[in-house]
Amino acid sequence: MATTNGAVENGQPDGKPPALPRPIRNLEVKFTKIFINNSWHESKSGKKFATYNPSTLEKICEVEEGDKPDVDKAVEAAQAAFQRDSPWRQLDALRRGQLLHQLADLLERDRAILATLETMDTGKPFLHAFFMDLEGCIKTFRYFAGWADKIQGRTIPAGNSIPALSSGHVFVQQIRPGIFADFSIPVFVVFFFFFFFFFFFFFFFFFFFFFFFFFFFHVKFLFVCVYNNVVCFTRHEPIGVCGAITPWNFPLLMLAWKLAPALCCGNTVVLKPAEQTPLTALYLGSLIKEVGFPPGVVNIVPGFGPTVGAAISSHPQINKIAFTGSTEVGKLVKEAASRSNLKRVTLELGGKNPCIVCADADLDLAVECAHQGVFFNQGQCCTAASRVFVEEQVYGEFVRRSVEYAKKRPVGDPFDAKTEQGPQIDQKQFDKILELIESGKKEGAKLECGGSAMEDRGLFIKPTVFSDVTDNMRIAKEEIFGPVQPILKFKNLEEVIKRANSTDYGLTAAVFTKNLDKALKLASALESGTVWINCYNAFYTHAPFGGFKMSGNGRELGEYALAEYTEVKTVTIKLNDKNP
Amino acid sequence: MSSPAQPEIPAPLANLKIQYTKIFINNEWHDSVSGKKFPVINPATEEVICHVEEGDKEISKKLFITLCHWNVGLVMIVNQDFESKDPAARAFSYQGNFGSQDKKGGLEQVKGKQEVSAVVHGHLACLMYRNCETTVLSKRNELQTMYLTLEQTGPSASMSPMLADVDKAVKAARQAFQIGSTWRTMDASERGRLLNKLADLMERDRLLLATMEALKGGKVFANAYLADLGGCIKALKYCAGWADKIHGQTIPSDGDIFTYTRREPIGVCGQIIPWNFPLLMFIWKIGPALACGNTVIVKPAEQTPLTALHMASLVKEAGFPPGVVNIVPGYGPTAGAAISSHMDIDKVAFTGSTQVGKLIKEAAGKSNLKRVTLELGGKSPCIVFADADLNMAVEFAHHGVFYHQGQCCVAASRIFVEESVYDEFVKRSVERAKKYVLGNPLTAGINQGPQIDKEQHDKILDLIESGKKEGAKLECGGGRWGNKGFFVQPTVFTNVSDEMRIAKEEIFGPVQQIMKFKTIDDVIKRANNTSYGLAAGVFTKDLDKAVTVSSALQAGVVWVNCYMVLSAQCPFGGFKMSGNGRELGEHGIYEYTELKTVAMKISQKNS
Repeated sequence: MATTNGAVENGQPDGKPPALPRPIRNLEVKFTKIFINNSWHESKSGKKFATYNPSTLEKICEVEEGDKPDVDKAVEAAQAAFQRDSPWRQLDALRRGQLLHQLADLLERDRAILATLETMDTGKPFLHAFFMDLEGCIKTFRYFAGWADKIQGRTIPAGNSIPALSSGHVFVQQIRPGIFADFSIPVFVVFFFFFFFFFFFFFFFFFFFFFFFFFFFHVKFLFVCVYNNVVCFTRHEPIGVCGAITPWNFPLLMLAWKLAPALCCGNTVVLKPAEQTPLTALYLGSLIKEVGFPPGVVNIVPGFGPTVGAAISSHPQINKIAFTGSTEVGKLVKEAASRSNLKRVTLELGGKNPCIVCADADLDLAVECAHQGVFFNQGQCCTAASRVFVEEQVYGEFVRRSVEYAKKRPVGDPFDAKTEQGPQIDQKQFDKILELIESGKKEGAKLECGGSAMEDRGLFIKPTVFSDVTDNMRIAKEEIFGPVQPILKFKNLEEVIKRANSTDYGLTAAVFTKNLDKALKLASALESGTVWINCYNAFYTHAPFGGFKMSGNGRELGEYALAEYTEVKTVTIKLNDKNP
Repeated sequence: MSSPAQPEIPAPLANLKIQYTKIFINNEWHDSVSGKKFPVINPATEEVICHVEEGDKEISKKLFITLCHWNVGLVMIVNQDFESKDPAARAFSYQGNFGSQDKKGGLEQVKGKQEVSAVVHGHLACLMYRNCETTVLSKRNELQTMYLTLEQTGPSASMSPMLADVDKAVKAARQAFQIGSTWRTMDASERGRLLNKLADLMERDRLLLATMEALKGGKVFANAYLADLGGCIKALKYCAGWADKIHGQTIPSDGDIFTYTRREPIGVCGQIIPWNFPLLMFIWKIGPALACGNTVIVKPAEQTPLTALHMASLVKEAGFPPGVVNIVPGYGPTAGAAISSHMDIDKVAFTGSTQVGKLIKEAAGKSNLKRVTLELGGKSPCIVFADADLNMAVEFAHHGVFYHQGQCCVAASRIFVEESVYDEFVKRSVERAKKYVLGNPLTAGINQGPQIDKEQHDKILDLIESGKKEGAKLECGGGRWGNKGFFVQPTVFTNVSDEMRIAKEEIFGPVQQIMKFKTIDDVIKRANNTSYGLAAGVFTKDLDKAVTVSSALQAGVVWVNCYMVLSAQCPFGGFKMSGNGRELGEHGIYEYTELKTVAMKISQKNS
């Protein structure tokens, strides 16, 4: 039973299978401008850029093209919204959570519209957009809505932190006016001794006097910070204006991963959606306004990486930046952050993720997970299972079944309910993938199926499987970001651990085995931010996600995400020693 | 946009219809097994509002007898065997069905170990029984507990094993908690969604619930609407957020071992709710329990079962699976005792008096060592230093003790004021108390409604009398207000000394005791000199004093320059005899979980 928004309700009272949601036909794109201070602005330069439907290569519409001056304006709004005593800063934490809940409600209401927009802009199958992207978004907002009033500081039993000195009670005094006031008797006697000498041997001991004077003075400085009776607590405060740069592969979901924790912690946001896919982000802007977030809390500036992206990462008034995208751009973002104002940086970058299938695994499960792991979203996932290591004994069988799967994968119109694979995002990615496929063929990998573009259509690529792939081939080293599955062979566990880890990336890894010991051993040995055991792409808004090594900095989602969007402030209060 | 403005207070519902009066088990409404009902009385008019099905406990050969000697002399005997078919036991219950006001006689005869003559709680029946074996467990003035084992209860064949209401509820809750059940296999985030939905439904029915709460509890309507209902909705939403954030840990244990912990729900939780904040305490009990995935059996107070029963209908509407929430209205000595001593209830949480709290923990110990959290009485100090903002201190201290007719466990019933500002503080406090308007709590502009029932009303008046006799100076009030309804005049005593009864016993009424102090050490010592430790207030502008006194006070909550500030995010509970465990906040959530450590042998550990 579909509700009015096309969403599907859980639990069918009549026991019939639920009807599939349907895309909105002839959807008019309403929001194409820059979103600052809860209102829509044209770009200062007057420029616009076109966004295309990758499955038809038709222009969808033109969007205002932001640049540095627009970013400045957005940052100004975000800063104003973050001022002390602003409505946003004074809001009860519980109320921040309620706003996020309401945003999730609106996403639920407009789910079909957003899924349609997402499919138009990215070419991903509509049902994937509806059930995975939108579901993920809604859950993310709801999850972080719950955190808003649970971001707790601590009280800390701080006191004298140097026990060896405190036990003596000789030097440990607090500073008071007057140099001698708190010298204890033994110190004072020694000091007096030298003072006495000073009178008699003024000239001879002149320098000695100063030496000792400073010695004592220095001693005092050493112990100025040693107090016994203090109260110490921490506050977890929002960082301030957060820049967010989101990618084109999961435009709305990645935005939710950044926006939800940032707002939950009380920050304000300047967001740049990818130039290929700005539409859902701008639509979300309208929902932000409808929910009633104060103006300036969320600002959205569509545009290109080298202009808007660079302006955000190097902006001196942005306190934190979160970026999801390629490793090369991630390096630029962190570099710009360092060169400007050392803003906090979280990065979620590329991967060349190993998927290890042991001989004792449930082979059907492994084949299916590995297949979905690499072909999902046209292979355009940072988590793509793009190095499948299969144990020798089952290698032949695994390849055979994987090829069967790949050949059956329905490629076509993303609005068609049967379609599993749509077009690649743009010409540049399309060309890069085909080039890597060619390199695979040349370097001696065995092409099992696919290996070229679909003959009759634009940016579609046939699901491709390579077997007999070796570690030094380009398809086994570089991130392909396309529907290409390289399958490698391994003999023993130690070897595969070594090979799986011999990469600069460390985003995810998967293990298929029924053996508990092997599973746990690999789980701890693999150098990656996520290890999936007997599953793949198992994302939960509750579990942190991010990369080891050059796959990223920091974590998104889960409680861990909160740490990335808060500053910890330690407050120490010295109390009067006389009180009990 | 700042925090949303307080909602406008609408007029209370004019003709409130009571829809739900039955026992709620498995998302269905049941009559009581015994067929008994009990009346719900409007404390403002002393009229009966309606009758509610009375839940009861398991029939047992053993009699669990609680003898409670209040200062007014009420003696209660609690008998498990009301509905027994055994003539001897039945005789025990009902023999002489008239009230005995001869409390002393009752006590003496109990001490004689041969005969019991007392007032059965709720029935006012005079009981006579011979050949009892008694064990006196506690010998405090206000409390005596004993177990009587009947030597002869007649032919055992006549003791039919009738499944009573509490057992039915436990069975339903246990069923809902089975491994593989809908509730156990539900996503944690879905549990959170259901709780959020319940909060939304409360918002929808806010006016109705607030009216009911005001009518039955004698609560000022505006307070019911804003504070009680507002607090309920926020607490539910807060708990809803926790549902999918209850984390275990992975632990770097020694050896080649991989260790992790899981925080699992405890199981069936019995929740016994007081009558002073019936709805709010209901939410404090079910919110965290359900967020963690437990199932619950709630016993609302016999004085105030109506809002809980309405909540039952909302629980059903929100879509909680059957058996997850069960509500059995009834009396403490029967339904309450059944819950606390039940062998198949895994945890009991109780808010109420310290006397009954002790019985509950004892029953838990005697039965299956169920986990216990208690939120009990208090005699909370409120300390006003000379440097405080006096107007603010007067205002908070005033509300601290007079809010909801003084029927708050956190009531600021010992106000210590520094010598130099004592007179001024007293003058302003008396002025403030005299401004109070008493009347029907549903009428706008009323500050104070009636006390909950006659028993409480009489007890408060007795304590006021003791204050006068023991030499405290009565500044205002000091007696009953009007001649209908259980109203007590706002009363202020000065020159109160620490050994007077009004300075030691929990009054639970609109009676303010103002004491004098000289030094900070002195006041800390006096404030802590009680077996209670629930809340405390400190009024000062001096940072040092504020922090020092807050650390020194033995209380679960210390309010600095404010009083009675409760929010769902903060844990609440008592030191010493004011309670065990904490409610709300992160700590309150953990009270509803069992921690399981899973250690797995692995071939080789790596950091």
